[in-house]
Amino acid sequence: MSERIVIVGGGTGGTVLANRLADKLSREIDDGDVSVTMVTDDVDHVYKPIFLYVAFGEREVADARRPVRELLDRRVDLQIDRVVGIDTDAQHLECQDEPEGIDYDHLVLATGARIAPEATPGLVEGAHDFYTPDGAERLRDALAEFTGGHLVLSVVGAVHMCPAAPLEFVLMADDWFRERGLRDDVDITYTYPIGRAHGIQSIADWATPVLEERDIEVETFFNAEEVDPDEQVIRTLEGTELAYDLLVAIPDHRGDELVKEAGLGDDGWVPVEKRTLEAKEAENVYAIGDTADVPTSKAGSVAHYEAGVVADRLASRVRGQIPTAEFDGKTVCFIESGMDEATFVEFEYGKQPVMRSPSKFIHWSKLAYNESYWLTAKGLL
Amino acid sequence: MSEEIQADVVVDSRGATCPGPLMDLIGKIKTADSGTVLELQTEDRGSKKDVPEWLDKAGHELLDVVDQGDYWSLYVRKS
Repeated sequence: MSERIVIVGGGTGGTVLANRLADKLSREIDDGDVSVTMVTDDVDHVYKPIFLYVAFGEREVADARRPVRELLDRRVDLQIDRVVGIDTDAQHLECQDEPEGIDYDHLVLATGARIAPEATPGLVEGAHDFYTPDGAERLRDALAEFTGGHLVLSVVGAVHMCPAAPLEFVLMADDWFRERGLRDDVDITYTYPIGRAHGIQSIADWATPVLEERDIEVETFFNAEEVDPDEQVIRTLEGTELAYDLLVAIPDHRGDELVKEAGLGDDGWVPVEKRTLEAKEAENVYAIGDTADVPTSKAGSVAHYEAGVVADRLASRVRGQIPTAEFDGKTVCFIESGMDEATFVEFEYGKQPVMRSPSKFIHWSKLAYNESYWLTAKGLL
Repeated sequence: MSEEIQADVVVDSRGATCPGPLMDLIGKIKTADSGTVLELQTEDRGSKKDVPEWLDKAGHELLDVVDQGDYWSLYVRKS
């Protein structure tokens, strides 16, 4: 009987993992000794970083989507379905459409994160976002109509995808309004939950003078408790208020309810051993990408590198070898510092990134990567 | 004294790079009930300064800071 590897989720982590496994275990799959199944409830794979560019009218939402089947190796069995229950004792998945469900020998959860603006009163009605296709399109239209007033970017969710994106947004907005001759009529404020401009000290040290030079106000220790969309005011846990004309928020994030219901993690993220990515609460279960509760960013690069590690570990497992591959926390993030300059950071667990001066070349590299991302998803890059 | 504090929620931020221990704590505190005791485990020396500073602003209580050898435990009660 073949050994069944099942991946739940068709985002970056799930897709890279499926393709890496198909490549590493091609012989075993062709011989019928191993099967690799991906279960996802979206026929499309979505590359979310495109949405930031959608907000500034530089890309279209359609650029972020491709059919997941086109990206997957033919050896991967794709099931478009929603997993609605996980029995980690019986090693069985309950599905919405498939009445029999799916049995697994090795399960990888790559269910990702979603924004939860509903967790903050008034945020749904009062704020824009650029983390969803609809949100990015609405923000694009709002920015196009915004010719003056107070633009506020507020990081509401302490845990959120792409921790560089809030800084990127205000730096791009500054440049974008300057190019359109409107910057003198637009005040920009950036708010952050802790006492500096970014969670990583070296990024905060780099960003603080840049924000000052660009005349972007910074409010720290600012945690929105509620938004009053009629008064256009944000009220914080710290007891302060801030008025806005256009509010862009990074809302709280949530993992999939499935994780909580399966007893794999209280808040939708799966606690894992941070180097092997094995779930702490169940045998033969891994989590990667935004789903994994590891002490680094919820970012595509993390999902990508974690997928490579889990592919190596699973390949060793099914061959009866001792897995040795480990995730060292490698994270790589581009940081756009305007409409035509960028920098990037690279770090691992316990290390501070070294900041590099922004350049046009790094910006072009980011744009090129946005095109070549699909090779990453295919497991080639 | 500190050994008697029983945390309802443990936030393990040892080795945390991004977004860091205080951000992890804020994320947990926001979804915790009033009165919940949280233990933040951190290797970041800066947490001993920035966590109390934020707790003071947000009105939560710092119960104790315990040196565990290779990390610190900061015990916090949500107001």
